[in-house]
Amino acid sequence: MAASDEFEPVIGLEVHVQLATRSKAFCGAQAEYGGPPNAHIDPYTLGLPGALPVLNHRTVEYAIRMGLACHCDIALKSELSRKHYFYPDLPKGYQISQFDQPICQNGFVEFMLGSERRRVGLARIHIEEDAGKNLHIPGGRTSLIDYNRAGVPLIEVVSLPEISSAEEAGEYLRALRQLVRFLGISDGNMDEGSLRCDANVSIRPRGSRTLGQRTELKNINSFKYVQKAIEHEILRQIDIVQSGGRVIMETRGWDAARGTSRSQRKKEEAHDYRYLPDPDLPPLLIDPLWLRSIAETLPKTPMQRRDQYLERLGLSPYDASVLTAERELCEFFDRVLIAAGLPPEPTELTDAQRTRAKQSANWLSSELLGLLNKDNRTITESPVSAESLGELVRYISDAVISGKQGKEVFAKMYESRETPTDIIERLGLRQISDPEIITAACRKVVDDPAMQKQVEKYKQNPKLLGFFVGKALAETQGKARPELLSEIMLRLLSEK
Amino acid sequence: MASAKSLVDSFSSVAQLASAVRSRQVSAVEVTRSQLDRIAQHDATLGCFLAVDEQGALSAAQVIDDQVRAGGGDDLLLAGVPIGIKDMICTEGLVTTAGSKILSGFVPPYDATVVAKLRAAGAVILGKLNLDEFAMGSSNENSAYKPCKNPWDLTRVPGGSSGGSAAAVAASLCPVSLGTDTGGSIRQPAALCGVTGMKPTYGRVSRYGVIAFASSLDQVGPLGRSAVDVAHTLQVMGGYDPRDATSLNQPQPDYLAATQAPLHPPGRRLRIGLPTEYFAKGLDPRVESCVRQAIATLEREGAELVDVSLPLTRHAVAIYYLVATAEASSNLSRYDGVRYGQRVTPREGELPAGQSALVEMYKRTRAAGFGPEVRRRIMLGTYVLRSGHYDAYYRRASQVRTLVARDFAQAFARCDVLMTPTSPVLPFRLGERKNDPLSMYLADVYTIGCNLAGLPGLSMPCGFVEDEGSAPLPVGVQLLGPTLRDDIVLQVAAAYQRLTDWHTRKPSLLAKDPV
Repeated sequence: MAASDEFEPVIGLEVHVQLATRSKAFCGAQAEYGGPPNAHIDPYTLGLPGALPVLNHRTVEYAIRMGLACHCDIALKSELSRKHYFYPDLPKGYQISQFDQPICQNGFVEFMLGSERRRVGLARIHIEEDAGKNLHIPGGRTSLIDYNRAGVPLIEVVSLPEISSAEEAGEYLRALRQLVRFLGISDGNMDEGSLRCDANVSIRPRGSRTLGQRTELKNINSFKYVQKAIEHEILRQIDIVQSGGRVIMETRGWDAARGTSRSQRKKEEAHDYRYLPDPDLPPLLIDPLWLRSIAETLPKTPMQRRDQYLERLGLSPYDASVLTAERELCEFFDRVLIAAGLPPEPTELTDAQRTRAKQSANWLSSELLGLLNKDNRTITESPVSAESLGELVRYISDAVISGKQGKEVFAKMYESRETPTDIIERLGLRQISDPEIITAACRKVVDDPAMQKQVEKYKQNPKLLGFFVGKALAETQGKARPELLSEIMLRLLSEK
Repeated sequence: MASAKSLVDSFSSVAQLASAVRSRQVSAVEVTRSQLDRIAQHDATLGCFLAVDEQGALSAAQVIDDQVRAGGGDDLLLAGVPIGIKDMICTEGLVTTAGSKILSGFVPPYDATVVAKLRAAGAVILGKLNLDEFAMGSSNENSAYKPCKNPWDLTRVPGGSSGGSAAAVAASLCPVSLGTDTGGSIRQPAALCGVTGMKPTYGRVSRYGVIAFASSLDQVGPLGRSAVDVAHTLQVMGGYDPRDATSLNQPQPDYLAATQAPLHPPGRRLRIGLPTEYFAKGLDPRVESCVRQAIATLEREGAELVDVSLPLTRHAVAIYYLVATAEASSNLSRYDGVRYGQRVTPREGELPAGQSALVEMYKRTRAAGFGPEVRRRIMLGTYVLRSGHYDAYYRRASQVRTLVARDFAQAFARCDVLMTPTSPVLPFRLGERKNDPLSMYLADVYTIGCNLAGLPGLSMPCGFVEDEGSAPLPVGVQLLGPTLRDDIVLQVAAAYQRLTDWHTRKPSLLAKDPV
């Protein structure tokens, strides 16, 4: 922990999420990441004279999805405003954003910090457009600009100053990434800049209610740096205060190479953005019916999934967190459960069904994910389908094959992509569960005259049960259900 | 070879001209050539055009002739009609400057929606028309390239900002032209040049591809020899455009039918509202007299006159200059020398110590690229939008603006149209007011209310006046209609023009042109 006993940090994050829409926020140019420089441009993107913005409704839908998932109030009327500043990567000299009437307000994000459930409040979520990228030619007087990214839709998620450690900031950010992926609104990829984070950091005497002077940290665009940079900033501020100084309001840029930050802009140099409601765009009105249909089709959040896995299925917190890491994994797991014969939500499960659910989770998290990780494959690239895995669980659970045979079958499924049914049939693995057949096999062993010496020995030493079970199992070519067989064998021997 | 009378003038309307082209009585190439000759002959004196696209016009005309000869082109409403485009409107492949040095040499890669619609209807674009830089001005003297002169008196201004558009029609360099109107920029020059010009209801015509001055006020409109020509052109260029979010998704009225309708609405007499505040101090009595005669003409036809009041008129100029400068300062941010247009960079060693080369480039580019009036308005607008000032200025102005619209709505509850002077003064002399921006701003008093309220407005000639021994100078009367009632404005204008012939007069200096 960075904080000393004397001080506690107060952190708020501003996170930009690039939305995975097909076209840009205010024009028809492609929004896709990458491509040759200036391939995804049009008159609007370049800010040509006369070009006008037209709002992409998918952008609004995605912002609303995020707002609903974060329990925000969705404004049925909001405003798009121009935020002015000059920079070469900003084609129009202003960015279309939202100012005093954002589309989403209030709300919160929930996530796990270790075993503790945490909730961080949100001030707002608003829509804006991205800028292009400047490429400085080292040493020269030349800069190149790529406008492919200019105009790509973003949402900015602004938290309240309710985060109290660098570690918590990291978990909050991971939770946001997981959330946007579950909602299908962004790939959440920090390396490609789909997720970008600025942090407002201040410290105050432990237990104090007032906020200290904050600084804004920029350029912390990887999970590693977010935590490191905040940690560093907390210590820097504590250092200043402890040596009798005062923290000043400023923007600081993180220098990852040096592992330190430096001042970029002091308060008095702050921009006046001259916000203006964009006269090219009418107020953003949300049809309540549309809002309702977005709410009704909203994918479940990772925390909702987690609660469901813990409460309905009785999974362990560890399994629940493993299986909610990705939306694709949750969906895979849901299909495994159905294939394993469990009723769909919201039917409550019997104890036996919960056991089967746990078995399914085990097969998925320890067996399948283990192999996939080893082969560097994702769940969507799994050679074992959810349906096949569920079927396998059912065979084992119904004692058609043993758990041990299950592993053998699973290995073959992974290798050959065959269904468990095909493998079990091909290898003749189907277990015998008929008590009559098993009793006959057991009798054959215990009634065998050559065995009577052993039977006598058994009466002194019950540990010999295994010996008889083995013999009887061999009579069935190993196909008898072992538990049932040993139960019957025990009874026959006791009758002797 | 070049004749004093333009070939186009031998047709009474652009509809007739288009019909003659479609029926091969005259070829589009012939018409185009005759207009190009006329421009070559007169425009060195007048200064209407910033660019003449001879090649483009002739080849567009050829395409239309070919189409007609092949038996097609029946649906071309403007077949072979030559048209001039105000240089605020983007034309693909044809230099578009907004009358500013900062855009000198800028060739748009796309057509504005209005231009695309005109082309598709068979119009032949002759070139780009002179204007006040970024449409900021009322005299065309703020053009960074050259002044434009009033064809009725070459020592006088044609008005502005669409000065070139109005003068070109008056001088028969083209029968119709496009202008833009943010605070009267179509109607005032139309009045000063003796032509008919219309600003449609805000949202009736797409602004896509139209260089923005003040987005919430800007509207494109046609100028022509008559209300009928204006209606015909508006029919083609108007209508909903999904590429302009402020465009109205409403069916277009049949403007041409409106120009053929009788003066009075069915079953009752037309009521003409006369706003007291528009006939007040500062109005040249000679202008007032012509406008009163026009009103009397319609009264004689049975129209009922109603006195109405627009009490907020006295605040209109102040509100207008807050809203327009604020939006302009924002809209003109994009001219930064980075992507297109002129760029001025400090030379090696010229950069003041401690200055960023980038910031210095911005400063020099914008200082060199924008003229004094544009710089003045950018500074005003920047001030208006400063943090902490927004509520006091822009927001307040926007609120009062809705009250201005309410004033008009209340007036229109009692009348069908308003009839007012367009400009309080006659065309003034070049240079006369150049150093007095405030008096220039105040001259917009009768036209800006229409923009603030988003209403349709039209100006047409209603008489001529001699000023200190000058040639007769035109006077314009303005018609304002309720929102979306562009049709009634055109209906009254066309009815007036059936009763009078002011709109058919031509500047005499051109009649004396050498053959």
